[in-house]
Amino acid sequence: MDLKLGHYNKDGIEVVDVEGEIDVYTAPRLRELLIDLVNKNNYQLVVNMEKVEFLDSTGLGVLVGGLKRVRAHDGSLDLVCTQERILKIFRITGLTKVFGIHDTVDQAIAAKKSEK
Amino acid sequence: MATVEVTFTPLPAHVRTARLVATAVARRSGVDESLLDEVRLAVGEACSRAVEAHRRHCPAEPVRVEMTDQDERFVVTVSDHAPTPAGQPAAPAAAAESTGRDGIGHDGGSVIPAGFGLAVISGLADDVRVVSTSSGVSVRMSWPSAAATS
Repeated sequence: MDLKLGHYNKDGIEVVDVEGEIDVYTAPRLRELLIDLVNKNNYQLVVNMEKVEFLDSTGLGVLVGGLKRVRAHDGSLDLVCTQERILKIFRITGLTKVFGIHDTVDQAIAAKKSEK
Repeated sequence: MATVEVTFTPLPAHVRTARLVATAVARRSGVDESLLDEVRLAVGEACSRAVEAHRRHCPAEPVRVEMTDQDERFVVTVSDHAPTPAGQPAAPAAAAESTGRDGIGHDGGSVIPAGFGLAVISGLADDVRVVSTSSGVSVRMSWPSAAATS
């Protein structure tokens, strides 16, 4: 499968695990999941990108869209990513300034808790 | 004549195929391993752009990708046949064009402005040329290949 998605709740934060490639073909599935989570009142999201092998501007658009949706409810969407190949597109587009990007899920959750 | 040519039905499902082929041909051409991720991403962006343009204007026409070794450069050209209305350039600077391009498919509500994919490509290849005519757009990108790096 090109893209594998899963999610679970940890300490009140919904963690989305993404595995595979996020591109024009697979991004709609991630988009639907993020919309679904927000519709179910999950406004604190962490998207774990550590197993993402490819991300393009369509995928960026989905993440930005998710961020906008949660922010409309005073929520947040943070990312977990240490892969340089994936961080590169965030840097090129300047989106490293928009997203909180952490090294691990636990660090992302701890950062959210310390913001409260 | 191109080293390798790929034409594919303008469906999102085939963009991955095109970028994998481009990466494979780039590797064979001697493009440095450190640049292959950029090739893959840039070709993917160009193909995604062309697919979306075809789905709006000419869904029965295939998208074409030509890959060539040329003057110590690995050159990829992605061409579409979607007409560009006069006065609406497809260059990255025209990110505010009002064609209504949806950065995430045709489900409306784009958060990524039109031209964003081309802007990304410009950040990945040091040589990018976009030629826009009334009969379509071609995006030409190149990277140094084996002869240049030897």
